Amino acid sequence: MSGRRIVVTSGKGGVGKTTTTVNVGAALAKRGHKVILVDTDIGLRNLDLVLGVEKRIVFDLVEVVEGRCQVRQALIKDKRFESLSMLPAAQTREKEAVSEAQMTTVIDELAEMADFVFIDCPAGIEHGFRSAIAGAKEAIVVTTPEVSAIRDADRVVGKLTAAKIPLRLIVNRVRPEMVKSGDMMSVDDVCEILASELLGAVPDDEEIIDTTNRGEPIVLDELNKLAIVYDKIARRLEGELVPFTTFDTPNFLSRMLTIFKAG
Amino acid sequence: MLDFLKTLFNPPPPPSSTTAKERLRLVLLSDHLSLSPETLAALKADLLAVISRYVEIDSSHADVTFEHRENDVAVLASIPITGVRERTQPPAQATLPLEMSAIDTETHAVQIDAGSESVDTQAMNDTNASENGATSTPVTGVVSAATRRRRRKKAQNLANRSNANAQQLGKPAQA
Ligand SMILES: Nc1ncnc2c1ncn2[C@@H]1O[C@H](COP(=O)(O)OP(=O)(O)O)[C@@H](O)[C@H]1O
Ligand SMILES: [Mg+2]
Repeated sequence: MSGRRIVVTSGKGGVGKTTTTVNVGAALAKRGHKVILVDTDIGLRNLDLVLGVEKRIVFDLVEVVEGRCQVRQALIKDKRFESLSMLPAAQTREKEAVSEAQMTTVIDELAEMADFVFIDCPAGIEHGFRSAIAGAKEAIVVTTPEVSAIRDADRVVGKLTAAKIPLRLIVNRVRPEMVKSGDMMSVDDVCEILASELLGAVPDDEEIIDTTNRGEPIVLDELNKLAIVYDKIARRLEGELVPFTTFDTPNFLSRMLTIFKAG
Repeated sequence: MLDFLKTLFNPPPPPSSTTAKERLRLVLLSDHLSLSPETLAALKADLLAVISRYVEIDSSHADVTFEHRENDVAVLASIPITGVRERTQPPAQATLPLEMSAIDTETHAVQIDAGSESVDTQAMNDTNASENGATSTPVTGVVSAATRRRRRKKAQNLANRSNANAQQLGKPAQA
């Protein structure tokens, strides 16, 4: 088995890399794939909290790299999705603790155990970024429709292109009503500026904060509208051509009203 | 009514998303313009080769730089002219300095807005062109090395074809 190695990166911090990693990973696990999430944000460990497994951590990525334990011993299995597990970052170590070569070795080993390995990248474009992308064969670039996030994403797109890593975009925290009134760039605008292909657009939704508070991936609730968004992203990663629906298409009721009025 | 008059005389500002897009276009352009020294040298060599087909220049004092202006980024070429070339016919449109392919790097060259370059011809006639005769051309994008190679090839094909046509018509082929 040699699974796909996908780095989730953004340049700017706080745009939703960890949220994306957890929810896209959980959506794929739910669809029956074996998924491993790797937190490479050394010193700023977070993925364990968002996934809700923080109490069960025994070993971490740096200990694996240093040969203090087997990679299998450090993996934490999710209790809700049996094919989902994660490898935590070290919390009390230097950012430079893992070299590019060491990261590649660990990711290669994990890829033998899973269909998908997601590498949650730290913010920035320095050492942590370079080692996070070293083991990756594909990339998801997460951005929000804001100028500073897009500029940083552009830097990352340039670096990934130079490293010959194919990438697709997730535009996160889109607010359809603001796009409609011209107060926010549209998903198309963002893709055009970054000259990159879209993997998915995720609306800005308070429920993300609520589910993150609990450490529950949003895809647990199948009927949640964000669960549907992440499921579509998962299917696109599987290779299915899932059509992109713009958020600003009116909902069913208002569409019926328009037809009614027109008739 | 008053509102109507107000909007008539004060058109509303563009939506902020449009402003954001335009600002990003410019800032990314200048971010991308941190060209490698090799690419900059190649650009300069290509530029000098083209200009020297029309006028005699002092390439040792030529200067090519990028300037960030109010609404765009421009490539500025300041090239001293030392004399005029005798020429009976203008050179063929599609002829590029093909042999002069300079240094081919995997980095980038610039894309320009050919419609709006402002060559001050008055100043170009001035022999002291290094001060006044600067050509300023807005930069609209960055071209990858692969694209450049493709364009060169296309230009070469075009040039070959137009020479072939000229020969068929019994006209002398243009250099
Ligand atoms: N689509 C969204 N809607 C609302 N809040 C979001 C969304 N995506 C992320 N967030 C919130 O933004 C914050 C940063 O997200 P996180 O995934 O930790 O970013 P990063 O890993 O890029 O630093 C978190 O508080 C998260 O809950
Ligand atoms: Mg994070």
